[in-house]
Amino acid sequence: MNIMARIITCSQITAAVEQLCREANYYLENDVRKALENVLAIEVSPQGKEVIKQLLANATIAADEEVPICQDTGAAVIFLELGQDARIEGGYLYDAINAGVARGYTSGYLRKSMVFPPLDGKNSGDNTPAIIHTKIVPGDRLTITVVPKGGGSENMSAVAMLTPAAGYEGVKKFVVDTVKKAGPNPCPPIVVGVGIGGNFEKCTLMAKEALLRPLGWPHPRNEIAALEKEILEAINSLGIGPQGFGGRVTALAVHVEIFARHIASFPVAVNIQCHAARHKSITL
Amino acid sequence: MATKLIHTPLTDFDVSELRVGDQVLISGVIYAARDTAHKRLIALLGQGAELPVDLKGQVIYYVGPAPAKPGQVIGSAGPTTSGRMDPYTPCLIKEAGLKGMIGKGYRSPEVRKAMVEHKAVYLATVGGAGALIAKCIKKAEVVAYPELGPEAIMALEVENFPATVINDIYGGDLYEEAIARYAHK
Repeated sequence: MNIMARIITCSQITAAVEQLCREANYYLENDVRKALENVLAIEVSPQGKEVIKQLLANATIAADEEVPICQDTGAAVIFLELGQDARIEGGYLYDAINAGVARGYTSGYLRKSMVFPPLDGKNSGDNTPAIIHTKIVPGDRLTITVVPKGGGSENMSAVAMLTPAAGYEGVKKFVVDTVKKAGPNPCPPIVVGVGIGGNFEKCTLMAKEALLRPLGWPHPRNEIAALEKEILEAINSLGIGPQGFGGRVTALAVHVEIFARHIASFPVAVNIQCHAARHKSITL
Repeated sequence: MATKLIHTPLTDFDVSELRVGDQVLISGVIYAARDTAHKRLIALLGQGAELPVDLKGQVIYYVGPAPAKPGQVIGSAGPTTSGRMDPYTPCLIKEAGLKGMIGKGYRSPEVRKAMVEHKAVYLATVGGAGALIAKCIKKAEVVAYPELGPEAIMALEVENFPATVINDIYGGDLYEEAIARYAHK
């Protein structure tokens, strides 16, 4: 049997990544804009309302002028879903991705924020290397998602190796405490990604993947959707509000992802995302 | 909630007029500096050497702007998290005469104490509104450490730059007041 594999070239991949880096930084996603418009009606604090209005005005300027929504154009986090029947030609996949990041951040006038070595490093000058996560999936396509992730919100993220005894209440408390501790630092209103289960690294990756789900989509499992709603209500009772100036709207959404866990472990990770929740995808 | 117009450099009287929650519009020159620039400034102060910028009465804006596109003065230029500069700030207030800081997020008890004792204020501008904020910056010039790229010290000429007073010289803190007011049990 001779099956011709579907070919995706490195130059296609580089061009796609270049464009995604620029677009993710210039254009606020529609679901995020809609969420900000919705909470404008809910926010009771005048300073909080003013912040939301400024964020919406900012998004309009960024899109119209094709400039970044935020000067922190992030580390380039890239999620790949590579179909097992696809064939990459013309070079090494990760080199193609990094070439696209370097081009996108340069041609798009985006800030370069990566330094190496981490202890006392120099700026790499083109925002490489990207942080790449690859999943092998059925099929012969390649889906690329670029997530520019800023430092301010990433720094407020946390992981806890809870014990099974902590249970539902333990998870809820850890997530809400993490947001409370972060206060104004991660540019609220935030999106909160939570990973429950798996192990140490799996829960953190799920927390990040949770940020990719469109706002307004609850988890498909009813009990997890209920947990998301309950945590969101608890967070929005903290009073932090937009930018920490006070108010009801501290988070736009809480997204939880789950995985099986070891009988002895109960890992929970919280990845905090600023209001811009930047990400763009393409399928080749 | 009052809106006050302020001009840099700031005097003790200027800062004494500001109260937690005030909206201010800043005009004049402010200095962009963040992590590595702070580290270098403190090292110079430790050696008794002269700073590349005289900070007496001045305001530092914690920002690492995006590169300017052709025709732009500066790229997007919103605030970065101020807390990272906390280890350096009391020294800049006490020894270099810094009067104001603009950023976002919490300050340490040490910074708040130095602000009260030496009359300096901390303001926040909206994190994530960098494209909007850049419109208030009329001129931008690197004045020290060009090799640091987005971390270089820049003199920014601003007009009606919007900010909110978080910490005044009387020990007030807007973030604490906000939670006390809006949290519901």
